[in-house]
Amino acid sequence: MILNIPLLEIKNLRVSINENEVLKNLNLTVNKGEIHAIMGPNGSGKSTFSKVLAGHPLYSILDGDILFKGSSILDLEPEERSHLGIFLAFQYPIEIPGVSNEDFLRIAYNSKQKFYNKPEVDPIEFLTIINDKLKLVNMSPLFLNRNVNEGFSGGEKKRNEILQMILLDSELSILDETDSGLDIDALKIISNGINKFMNPNKSIILITHYQRLLDYIKPTYVHVMQNGKIIKTGSAELAKELETKGYEWLRNLVN
Amino acid sequence: MKKTIYLISKKKQETEFLLKFRLKAFKKWKQISEPTWAYLKFPEINYQDIIYYSAPKSQKKLTDLSEVDPELLKTFEKLGIPLTEQKRLANVAVDAVFDSISIGTTFKEELNKHGVIFSSISEASKEYPEFIEKYLGSVVPIGDNYFSALNSAVFTDGSFCYIPEDTICPLDLSTYFRINDEKSGQFERTLIIAEKNSQVNYLEGCTAPQYDTNQLHAAIVELIALENAKIKYSTVQNWYSGNESGKGGVYNFVTKRGVCAGNNSKISWTQVETGSSITWKYPSCLLIGNNSQGEFYSVALTNNYQQADTGTKMIHIGINSRSRIISKGISAGKSKNSYRGFVNVINKAIGARNYSQCDSLLIGELSNANTFPYISVQNSTSKIEHEASTSKIGEEQIFYFLQRGICLEKAVELMISGFCKEIFTELPLEFAAEADKLLTLKLEGSVG
Repeated sequence: MILNIPLLEIKNLRVSINENEVLKNLNLTVNKGEIHAIMGPNGSGKSTFSKVLAGHPLYSILDGDILFKGSSILDLEPEERSHLGIFLAFQYPIEIPGVSNEDFLRIAYNSKQKFYNKPEVDPIEFLTIINDKLKLVNMSPLFLNRNVNEGFSGGEKKRNEILQMILLDSELSILDETDSGLDIDALKIISNGINKFMNPNKSIILITHYQRLLDYIKPTYVHVMQNGKIIKTGSAELAKELETKGYEWLRNLVN
Repeated sequence: MKKTIYLISKKKQETEFLLKFRLKAFKKWKQISEPTWAYLKFPEINYQDIIYYSAPKSQKKLTDLSEVDPELLKTFEKLGIPLTEQKRLANVAVDAVFDSISIGTTFKEELNKHGVIFSSISEASKEYPEFIEKYLGSVVPIGDNYFSALNSAVFTDGSFCYIPEDTICPLDLSTYFRINDEKSGQFERTLIIAEKNSQVNYLEGCTAPQYDTNQLHAAIVELIALENAKIKYSTVQNWYSGNESGKGGVYNFVTKRGVCAGNNSKISWTQVETGSSITWKYPSCLLIGNNSQGEFYSVALTNNYQQADTGTKMIHIGINSRSRIISKGISAGKSKNSYRGFVNVINKAIGARNYSQCDSLLIGELSNANTFPYISVQNSTSKIEHEASTSKIGEEQIFYFLQRGICLEKAVELMISGFCKEIFTELPLEFAAEADKLLTLKLEGSVG
């Protein structure tokens, strides 16, 4: 049951990068317990949108506001947004040579613990915590010894993102094309992990090109983004329609 | 300047051998000119302007630490130089070099029990003239290069260490070098001899207070490993590197070389170079013995306007001689960081092997990294491998850390530690922890 408690409210948001306006008057409200899918052609502003939410320093906010749990986050640093519960699963998770996944995950976990004045865990305690989460995404503990994303296959990188999401127990998770480059088995595993993670207090924004992800994760709403704006909002049916008719159909429809 | 040499020699009441050694070196020095091949830029050094000999006020021979000027001890304390009983517990004997003169050698007795000699060069030249006369200048010849000739002419003091046959040195030997007087040239010499079947670890750590005019430092380190002997020489160098706009800082022109004279001998150099405005340094190995091994593990970090041209030479002469070079250069700010290496396999060195890996890490848009590997192989049975990489701490990597709630400082620390991991594992434990902190400190404010 959805109680319509807003987790994220975006109001008339205008954003630029290198003096190019990339988000133009964007409005969106995501309530607790909702899953929003954002679709749209390449270059429509979907990835920009996800990075802006996470506080990427390259983008400048021209106008509007982003409220998270009722307060503006525009002045918050990326790490503060993370501590508050905003998680971004990257489209292209970057490799960090020399830093083991285990250290990275533990330090990320402990940074959040510290932020909430909770005790930090030592490496041994952490192993018990992470081992449970690894099972959720069907990852071998051997992953922990490897460097962050280094030499990972596309699917392994995406699973690692979902693992981090589960570990940090974020309230708002933005998944930027987490389904791209995945084979059908990996897609099932990841979707399964996401569904188990989801609960009425959390929200997810799924950025995707393909309807097939939405077969596994049922969205509350589907939005279509174009030219930095949401041009259409509908139910899961909209995604199916788009799959068969393409964005051209929608463009004509809106115009 | 010749006068200065006579003066130094007289003041130190040196032997005839050393005076002749100095004069010969001075003659050589006048014949050669300053090298220009390094990728370094600096104003001309006026060698007449340098104070070649500066001794601390108290010249009296000290037998006990309680006789040491309390002011000096206080300075040591501030620099964290543990010339105290604590160090004994930490298993380190310290020979503190303060402005070129040794003022106290601790734990001599404990070393004496094992027959290990650890003293200043000037002391050794009187007490053990046979070693000094045989080995001083035997690895780095007087006329080897401009700076070694200068050092040989005007060196003030340094450390001498002798490990007798079949002895594993019971303590890690450690010398802390420190530059104190403004404009005082530092010309240290270190001579380490490891006899047959012996082993020693030697640590060298440096700090320098902040001064505005450049200070010249031209040290020499000579290592001799006889049959089956092992010498491990570790350095953490953090001399004053000048201010943010590049003013001041130490000029560090050092010649370090070891000879693996005996079969199965091994010399391992580990260095963490973070200071000096200019670093010119190539710790090298002459692999003469059959099955001898040379190693060079290096982290060189430059920031602001620092310049480093550092690397190694591995000269393979013995059959089945092996060498391993792992070099990590980190450049931030507007600094220049170059690796320069030479692997030379002569025709007699059957089965020689070398592995070299040179990694550079760039921070920011204005830093500079170079790799100049020279390889010369005259033997078809040898195996030489060289790998090189250049990477950058990118904005997107940092954003990834931040998004996961890890702050910028921690992110940089993790990435730098990760980059240097292979080198830090070669350092003694307490040194490794210090080095790790030092790098983070040195890069403060240069990322993000």
